[in-house]
This record gives sequence, C-alpha cells and structure tokens, in this order.
Amino acid sequence: MEEGKGKVGYVHSLESFGSVDGPGVRYLIFLSGCSMRCQFCHNPDTWEMNAGCAYTADGLLKKALRFREYWGTEGGITVSGGEPLLQIEFLTELFQKAKVKGVHTAIDTSGSPFSRKEPFFGKFQELMKYTDLLLLDVKQMDEEKHRVLTGRTNQNILDLARYLSEIKKPVWIRHVLVPGRSDFDGDLQKLHAFIQTLHNVERVEVLPYHTLGAYKWKELGYEYPLEGVEPPSAERIRNANQILHIGK
Amino acid sequence: MANFEQWDGFAGRNWRDSVDVRAFIQENYTMYDGDESFLEGPTKATDKLWGRLQELQKEERAKGGVLDMETEVVSGLTAYGPGYIDEDMKELEKVVGLQTDKPLKRAFMPYGGISMAEKACTTYGYQPSGKLHEIFTKYHKTHNQGVFDIYTPEMKKARHNKIITGLPDTYGRGRIVGDYRRVALYGIDFLISKKQYDFERYARHGMKGTDFRLREEVADQVRALQEMKEMASVYGFDISVPAKDAREAVQWLYFGYLAAIKTQNGAAMSVGRISTFLDIYIERDLKNGKLTEEEAQELIDHLVMKFRMVKFARVPSYNELFSGDPVWATLEMGGIGMDGRSMVTKNDYRFLHTLENMGPSPEPNLTVLYSPALPEAFKRYSSLVSVKTSSVQYENDDVMRPIWGDDYSICCCVSATQTGKEIQFFGARANLAKCLLYAINGGIDVKTREQVGPAYKPITSEYLDYDEVMERYDDMMEWLSKLYVDTLNMIHYMHDKYNYEAAEMALIDTDVRRTFATGIAGFSHVVDSLSAIKYAKVKVIRDEQGLAVDFETEGEFPRYGNDDDRADDIAIWLLKTFMHKLSKCHTYRDSEPTTSILTITSNVVYGKATGSLPDGRKAGEPLSPGANPSYGAEKSGLLASLNSVAKLPYELALDGISNTQTISPGALGHDDEERANNLFHVMDGYFKKGAHHLNVNVFGTEKLIDAMEHPEKPEYANFTIRVSGYAVKFIDLTKEQQMDVIARTCHKTM
Repeated sequence: MEEGKGKVGYVHSLESFGSVDGPGVRYLIFLSGCSMRCQFCHNPDTWEMNAGCAYTADGLLKKALRFREYWGTEGGITVSGGEPLLQIEFLTELFQKAKVKGVHTAIDTSGSPFSRKEPFFGKFQELMKYTDLLLLDVKQMDEEKHRVLTGRTNQNILDLARYLSEIKKPVWIRHVLVPGRSDFDGDLQKLHAFIQTLHNVERVEVLPYHTLGAYKWKELGYEYPLEGVEPPSAERIRNANQILHIGK
Repeated sequence: MANFEQWDGFAGRNWRDSVDVRAFIQENYTMYDGDESFLEGPTKATDKLWGRLQELQKEERAKGGVLDMETEVVSGLTAYGPGYIDEDMKELEKVVGLQTDKPLKRAFMPYGGISMAEKACTTYGYQPSGKLHEIFTKYHKTHNQGVFDIYTPEMKKARHNKIITGLPDTYGRGRIVGDYRRVALYGIDFLISKKQYDFERYARHGMKGTDFRLREEVADQVRALQEMKEMASVYGFDISVPAKDAREAVQWLYFGYLAAIKTQNGAAMSVGRISTFLDIYIERDLKNGKLTEEEAQELIDHLVMKFRMVKFARVPSYNELFSGDPVWATLEMGGIGMDGRSMVTKNDYRFLHTLENMGPSPEPNLTVLYSPALPEAFKRYSSLVSVKTSSVQYENDDVMRPIWGDDYSICCCVSATQTGKEIQFFGARANLAKCLLYAINGGIDVKTREQVGPAYKPITSEYLDYDEVMERYDDMMEWLSKLYVDTLNMIHYMHDKYNYEAAEMALIDTDVRRTFATGIAGFSHVVDSLSAIKYAKVKVIRDEQGLAVDFETEGEFPRYGNDDDRADDIAIWLLKTFMHKLSKCHTYRDSEPTTSILTITSNVVYGKATGSLPDGRKAGEPLSPGANPSYGAEKSGLLASLNSVAKLPYELALDGISNTQTISPGALGHDDEERANNLFHVMDGYFKKGAHHLNVNVFGTEKLIDAMEHPEKPEYANFTIRVSGYAVKFIDLTKEQQMDVIARTCHKTM
C-alpha cells in the first residue's frame, strides 16, 4: 500500500507500454472490479471488487510519470479495467492531478455504470472535466442479444454515448466482434447508423474476438461460455470494417 | 596549401593542408529536414545485379554456408586480378572490387593462425595447399602461435573453463575502422606524403624499442598505401589523386575498405561514418547537373550491395560465438554536430532506402546515431524502415557526442571510436555469472571440477548471507579483472607483431589514441541473483563434494527490468565495481580501459558453460544477451524494462550497453504509420533518459516459429532480425539460438 492522504484505488495491474488504447504511447492502469459478465472477456481476473493492489492517486500518478519522456505530445495515461467507472471518485482524483501535470487522460469503459441519475451523474460530470478521451465499447445494438452477451442492458451505455456527444467529449467507439454473438450484418448496420447520429466520434475500431483469455476462466474455476467459438475470419473482420465505414 | 582541381566547389581551408575529414564535412554538408518523397526506386541494373547476387546467396546456403574458398593463394592487396558479381554484367556495376577473384569466395588469411585458416577450409570440404602449411609452420610464425607461446597455465585454464570467453587469440581482433573517406578526399599520394612526414617527425635521438616499432609500422603503412594504388589499377582506376565526382568518391572510399577486408579477417570490419561525407559529393554533382537522384541512389545501392558481399573463412567455434556469418560492416547515419546542426543529409535516407530497394539485410549494420533533436521526418522514416525490416539499430548520439565528438564511427556492433584518430584493443568477455559461482565455491568450477580461480575460502552456510557473498565476490572479481587484462595484453602484443593491420592503420593518424575494450557477460543474472540473496532466502544445494550446484530461492525479490531501484541499484553497483577493478590494471600501449555489456549471440554458448544461479536460471540455460533483463523477469512491460537499462551510466561502459527488444506489430500500433510514430516516441523517451543503444525488432513470435519450421519459404531468405549489437538472417542461426530468440520476451499487450 502506497502512502498518501486521498482515497485509495484498487489496481489489478499496470502496463508501462500501451500504444493501441488511445493516441500515442500510453501508461495503462487496469483497475479491479467489473459488474458486467461479458462472455468474451479476456480479463475475468479483473472482475472482483476491491482486489489487487491499493494505491493512492498520488502514488499511482508518480509511478506513471516515470514514463512521461516516452509520451511525446500525444500519449498519456489510459485507465482500463475491470470497469474504471466503478471507482469513479478515485479516478476523478487521479485525473484531476494528472491534468495539473498536463497529462493526456483516457478512460477505457464499458459504459455500464452510467446513469443520468444522482449521485452518479454529478460525479461523472466532475470526472469529465479532467478526461480528454473515452474509449467506449458498444458490444451489441440489439438489447436482447446484449443481455445474453453481457448479462446487462445496453440502454444506459447508448445513453452514455449520446451524452458524450451532447457535451462534445471525444470518443473512440470500439466493437468486439464475436462470431455468433456480435457479428450480424443487421446489428452492425444499426451500430453504424447510431454512430452517425453522434458528433464526437474520432475513431471506430473493430476488435476481433480472441481466445487468449480463455485459460484465465478455467484458472478461476469458471466455465468458459464461448468454448468452441473461433476468432472471426479475415473476411468477417473486413465485412465489419466495411459496414462501419472504417477505411482500413 | 594543397589544392586539387577535384576540390573545386568545396568550401573551407583547414582540411586542405592536413588530413582533417571532419573539418571538410562540417564546412560542406547540406542539412536535410524534409521527408522521404524524393527517393528513387532501384534501377534495372540494380535489380539485375541484386537478382544475381541473391541466386549466389541461395547457392551458398545450399552448399552449407560457403560458396567457394581459396586454397592456394594467401590473401593480400594485390593477390588477385579483378573480380565481378557476374563477368557478363560487369559494365552494370557502378562500384567494383571483390575480396578475391570471384563473388562470395572466401580468402585464405593465415596470419591470425594457420591452423584456424586450415580448419576453416576443411570444415567446408576444402583442402588448403601443403605448401602454405609448410610456410606458416616452418618459416613464418602466426599471431595464434605467438599467443600460445606466452600464455601462463592460469590463463589457459581460465580460457578452457570459459570464465573468460571469446578471446581474439584464434581470430582477428578487428574493431579498427580505417578512415576510408581519406582515400576519396585526398588520394593516396597525399596520404603517403603525410605518413612519410610522420616517419621523419617521429625520429628521436637515442631511439628505443617502442620507437623502432612505430617506424616499422609506419613503413608498413606506406607500403600498404602503395599496394592500394596497384589494387585499384587492376580495376582501371588511378586512386593516387583525389576523387573528382560522386561516383569516384564512392569507388575510392570502397577501395579503402576493400584494402582492409582483403588483409584482415577481423571480428568486426566496420565501414564507419561515410553517409554525410558522400552526400557532399552527390550534392555537388546534383547541383552541377552531372548526376540525377536515380543515379545517386544507384551508387548507394551498389555500394551497399558490396557491403552485403563481404565474407570471411571462419571456424565452427567462431560461428557458435558469433552466429550468422557477421562481419559488422557497421555504417552510421544521423547524429548532431558539435555546433548543434543536424548532420542528417539526403544520403542518410538513401542508405536506409537500400533496405526497401533490395530488401532487408543484416549487413551493412545500419546504425542511426539518434537524438530526440534529429529532424522529425527522419526519425519517422527510420522508424518506419525499422517497422518494415527490423534491420536498423539506434545509438544515443547525445551521450556519445560529449565523449567522442561528432565524427565518431561505430567500430563493431555498438562501440564508438573517433574516426581516423582512434582504435580499439578489443576482446572477449568476463563471465561475471560464473565468477559469482567461483566466489561461492572457492574458485572451483562446477562444470569441470577444476580449481580455476584462487582457492579462497568457500561459502559453507546453508543459506547465503548477502554481506558474506559480496565480500567473496569482490575478491573473486579482483582476481578475474587482473587475469583478464593480462591475457588481453598478451594477445594484443602478438597481434601487433604478427598480424598488424597496416592497411587500416595507414588511414588513421600515426599519433593514434587507443582504448582497451573489455566486456561483461551474464550481467542480468548476477544482478537478480544478488537481489535474491538480499531480498529473499537462498538455500544452497550442495553435492557430495560440497560444491554448490543448485539453489532454492524462497520468497519474492525485485528483478532488474522492472524500473525497481532496489534491483537496478545492484546493476549499477556491479558495473561500477568491475569497471573500477579494470581501471587499476596496466594496459598494453597505455590504452584506456573501457567495458561493455554486450554479448552478440554468444550468450547461448556462455550459458552452456555456466552452472545454476540463485536467480533461478538453471545450469546450461542461455544467459540473457547484453544488458537485457533476464527472460521472464520483466513484469511491467517494455518501458519499465527500458527504464531499468537506461539507468546504467554510459560513462561507466564507454564500449557500449546493448539492449535488444522485440515488439509485436499489433502492440505497437494499428498501422505502419502509427507504429513508426509510436516507435520514435519510445526512442525519444529511452534516449532522453540517457540510455545508450537499442536494437528494434518488430514481429511476432508466430513469424519466428514459422521461419524456424519452414526456412525454405522464399519470404524468409532475407528475414533479418536484430540480436545483441548486430543483425542476422534468422535462418542462419543454429536451432539452439533460434529457440533462444523465440524464448525471449516479445512485448505485447492484450
């Protein structure tokens, strides 16, 4: 446990070099705890709340700043998880302090804790003052399929996307492509249409499902719900990129 | 003041009277901070010649690694008539000159040691002439014999037990970079007149042995210069006068280098800092309309093709140490001048572009002298070439410039030396991991059971005590450093005597500065072992003789490679302590001792001879290469690992601190443009922190495994990877080394 006065955050792990979770070279902080149970999750070891290593915001920022020389003008820190919004007070303190130092801040979120109700909404509005970018996963446009895939509704997630558009906060929309779960042309077209209604989307990315996290489910004693599901074919990835109008 | 018509259009005075290539460069080069859009693709001639050369390389591989060998003629400057890549296409070659009469044919070089030269032949099924054997055993002594005549029994034992490894007593010491640019700028006759002046200038009243040695060396140098003219005239060129245009400048310079590789089979035969120099000639011709950009690129492509053809006859034990047939034809780009101007020219782009025009290649060993202050377009382009070819290495100009100035060359894999003003007495590595085991076992080697080191009191406790280990280790390192330097002194004495590099030294100032470059192996394992002893509990497993043969470590301990000062401070202590011990020794010809943390591919062989260590590394497993953290030690990702290595102060290891990192493309960015951008930011950060060197590979382990299993696939013929301090074609590594490369951490995040 690091010394310090503020609220502590629970950290699952740290990675000094990230370059695909936000712009430039980034320090990645994976916070513990998630209430979604996505079938394709490759980090089920991050689900448990209040697990891992406890840090103060100061302690964590100090650790991150050892890598500042690598960030250039674009890079910075990305907080992922787990679900970072479940530790929103800690996250706000961390980002507030990071912005004082001029660090670019990004959140990689499922959006699942979002609500326009208090007390969450006020805290979220405060957090947004110190956040430069959100990487938002939209896993499935179809409510029913979304519930099967994640155990949760997608309504508040889509509402988060709309809210971020209202306040013009830059986002990257990410869609994990899981064969038989989230790889249907109709749903992808709906996703594209939804994105078209937003005014803050800087980038749309298709993340092909992979099986590298499957072993963790077994280690944790869980049954892997996607047993036998293969990663999507190059053709399906191309198809998804095409539907979402991604030029790559 | 000398004045040649060939110098028309060049500015400045200081370089005209005395040999001063640096002054010429500073007064004449044209900075370039634009992008790569001006570059031209390969000409038809380049495609044809490179196509032919690839066929020859394929034949060479099919024949077990050697295409042809000389068995009758001793190599020398004038031993052969002209040779070409292909007799029928010789008019296409813009740069000519081969080491022997045929492409890729390996010369016979007996002065380093006749039995080695013979063994190199017989290994590949060639039988050298009996007459040569008679001459070099009966009538002429060689370097190798000289060394073994005077070695002490202790030295032989240390060598045999591989606590000191890779001693240049059976191969050329190399690491001497002639200033080949001098041939182009001044012509040979001017250089001869300067050497003759030195010959007179160094005459003394009451001369003694060291004066005689110098006079003989200068006389040999003058003779070599005369022979260089003869060598060039065979190809129809008169290099007694300066080069008049870019094509001649490239050709003249290459003849200087050719003289070196015809006479020396050195462990490293580097080319040096030639890019900015040649750009001056190309710029003059471009301006005068005598040359097009396409022709300029063709010249550089053809020069590089020649560097890709350099071959030496070597024995299997050498190949085990330095795998993949390397020659370290190291060649630099980039750098910042003492006046703060970037020294990047269009030619730096042309050299990097050879990797696109002719595909990736391990040689020449292209090295970017990096500074965050280099033009951004150049940083981006070289990173892009790295992403595409994994064939470029980077060295921190900002830490080297204050020590070596702005005209240094890299004389081996990563070591800096002032061009034309300085040479290195290089050799070998001290295996500090083995030394730690000697400290614990009272000088007895667990592999051979021999008493190799002094019979100091062994450690007998069940658990290792940090203070006790440190005390014994300090004593054992003291012994090792002394023995190591004494051994190298003998080697260099004999090398000067029997295998003097007259052709290279002829292109270096007579009043030369010498460094004495030692090396360290097993670095990360010692650091982690000491950390384990300090922060965890290390139990010793002893055999019936009482020798510590294994260790059981209980508990967690910090490891080097995680930006954890507890471990990294031990690393700094280790380097400082060993360097300090080396500095206490007398070194041959008053050279200045330096050290390095780099191991080439020899980490595999060194590991085989090293027992189990307290850090968990088992007996026989490869040591981690260079200054790299140990396998599996890095738990916090690439940048934390880089931060650890960057803490090692360059001024304590002026011979170089080598670090090799492999990054999977998916972890570096979404596309090549993003990857290049991220890569140069990584380097900006790493070098701002004062690090010295970085080898960058961009590929995933899947590709390595596929290449190991299917070396016959055409896409792997030139698949180049960076290893400690140089580059190799992956398929030329031994299976063991391939496995070792695959086992190393490949940085990727999920």
